[in-house]
Amino acid sequence: MATVTLNGSEILIETLLEHGVSDVFGYPGGAVLNIYDALYKYRDRITHYLTAHEQGAAHAADGYARATGKAGVCIATSGPGATNLVTGIATAYMDSVPLIAVTGNVAKPLLGKDSFQEVDTTGITMPITKHNFIVKDIEKLAETVRRAFYIALSGRPGPVLVDITKDVTAAEYPYERREPRKISPETDSVTEEDLAEAARLISEAKRPLIYAGGGVISANAADLLKKFAEKIDAPVALTLMGLGAFPDDSPRFTGMVGMHGTKTSNMAVMECDLLIAAGARFSDRVISDVRKFAQEAKVLHLDVDAAEINKNVMTESQVIGDLGEVIKRLLGRLPEMSHKAWLERVGGLKAAYPLPLFEKEDALRPPALLRAVREVMRGAAVTTDVGQHQIWAGQYLGAGFPRGFISSGGLGTMGFGLGAAIGASVARGKRLAVNITGDGSFRMNCVELATAADYKLPVVDIIMNNHALGMVRQWQELFYGGRFSQTDLSRTAADFVKLAEAFGCRGFRIKDAAEARDVLREARASAEGGVPAVVDCWISSDEKVYPMVPPGESIDKVILGE
Amino acid sequence: MSSSSLTSVGRHVLSITVDNHAGVLSRVSGLFSRRGYNIDSLSVGETENPKISRITVAVTCDDIICEQIRKQVDKLVDVRKVTELPQETGVYRELALIKISVNAYNRMDIIGIAGVFRADVVDVSPESVMLEITGDERKISALMRLMEPYGIISAARTGMTALGRGDY
Repeated sequence: MATVTLNGSEILIETLLEHGVSDVFGYPGGAVLNIYDALYKYRDRITHYLTAHEQGAAHAADGYARATGKAGVCIATSGPGATNLVTGIATAYMDSVPLIAVTGNVAKPLLGKDSFQEVDTTGITMPITKHNFIVKDIEKLAETVRRAFYIALSGRPGPVLVDITKDVTAAEYPYERREPRKISPETDSVTEEDLAEAARLISEAKRPLIYAGGGVISANAADLLKKFAEKIDAPVALTLMGLGAFPDDSPRFTGMVGMHGTKTSNMAVMECDLLIAAGARFSDRVISDVRKFAQEAKVLHLDVDAAEINKNVMTESQVIGDLGEVIKRLLGRLPEMSHKAWLERVGGLKAAYPLPLFEKEDALRPPALLRAVREVMRGAAVTTDVGQHQIWAGQYLGAGFPRGFISSGGLGTMGFGLGAAIGASVARGKRLAVNITGDGSFRMNCVELATAADYKLPVVDIIMNNHALGMVRQWQELFYGGRFSQTDLSRTAADFVKLAEAFGCRGFRIKDAAEARDVLREARASAEGGVPAVVDCWISSDEKVYPMVPPGESIDKVILGE
Repeated sequence: MSSSSLTSVGRHVLSITVDNHAGVLSRVSGLFSRRGYNIDSLSVGETENPKISRITVAVTCDDIICEQIRKQVDKLVDVRKVTELPQETGVYRELALIKISVNAYNRMDIIGIAGVFRADVVDVSPESVMLEITGDERKISALMRLMEPYGIISAARTGMTALGRGDY
């Protein structure tokens, strides 16, 4: 391949193209004028989606990455452009999402002089990126972008930021196309001893439970997890991040685990004699009080990140490496096992403590609404915002497929869902994406309706509108004596139907359970016809998320609610 | 599961080799502060290879936390290698400059004590002397304690640096 002389902005775009990037999300500004000029030149080869706010671009790139496993790319200018990405980058960091954030900065001679729109972007993003770079020399640009992709996608994925000074985006330099460095699954850390010990623990277990998280999704190991569960005859509980990693219609599936886990999952954690954590990190939202967690069990931890071992919970044994590879190798060492009594016990719990559906009621209740969404929106990627609706979505809607449930699990970012839905839809060839949101979360970043409308993306927002900040309100009711401090949104309620229309979308409203399916069908048709839809679903502000483990309690001390 | 086994809290010295990039020290020290690990002492400087620096960090923590620190530091992209130096197999040194207030009567006493500690007198003025001492932290602290009665005007300690002995 011949060497050509290009400017830094063109070199940036060329290196993005090397890595198969076809879509980027961003917002222009002074420091990235040259980059946007190059994007104009390359507009036939790379599609730039203009969002309404840089945060939306970051969430869109995140949603794009989560929906595909490829790196999502967002671009922002210096100063406020970069700081507006921060929440989005931190969201991606907490959930191990391969995000490439490209920011412009002021020209090298202006750095450190408090220049207009100058901020220490790499300093600000250091603790929320897997790694970051500032490029101040044109000769380092291409190699830095290549490294950024490698770092973002290898091992435990994560966001990488590349900050580029404006002079570099204009400077000319020879460029030669390269094939991206191959990323192979992490296996160096998988040892024979660890595998043997893991196999021994599994074969000795009488009541094994698999607790699987987002690592299974990142490793594209859902099929292997299913084989593994079948071979060792174990039930499977998932974290919120793990939804999609195991079929939720399987009799082995016990539901989510932890603070809003099912009674079945949480009891199984307490009763199992071997807890196999697969791509999960023992978050405080799962384990609650560490001293009371899985007391009967030995813990076997399978994870790609060595630093997760013994971080929150002490483990008996571990295998560190790519989860798919680890499970494959374990499968080769394990016999077909049978734990009939244990599976019966778990099945009995499932039968005794199902999640309530309230399908016979006239009032619009979250479970019935989400079951209707599940039916009508089949095939869609689901994204969520953060709060009660997020947990209900996890419980009643779940993922139709791996990478089909996209939610801010670690950082808990309200306002994540719409941007993520835009990204997920673009990533899947402009197929349907449904954002389950609440009235509080939605209004944080609802400006991205403009983006969805502009690009005619098939995005449906389903607002579970309780006219309140429901999750905080729930805590206030249960643990703060009913003092509803600043959680009532009814006084400032926007008319979301009119809001949708103002942005060029279609607005719908559901107040009764009976009309849900018809309206949802219409909303889907509108979105798939190129007009994104917003469905404002009115629910009671007294609705609560159950089951719930009160803070600090052992996770089997579940409040079941109604 | 086994509850977190109780291990004793003690001094740990980590020797961290890093790529000599701008910002690498703040990456390492930032990781310590945001994860709540207290640094007792930190020093940094080039190794035999100017592209690689060595950061020597002393922390007081239990073995489990130390293991966490080691693994978290190891994840930083600019970090090449993290080694924990055991007490017996490491050489630990720190350099200190100590400026002491003197008069015509006690100047020789101070210079005498400095000799016992093999500290060098690097500056003498009518009202002060400056000592330079190298050694492990205890030796430096001992000299400083002895100098306190005379009046330490100011002192600068580099923080500990260390290398493993022999093949370690």
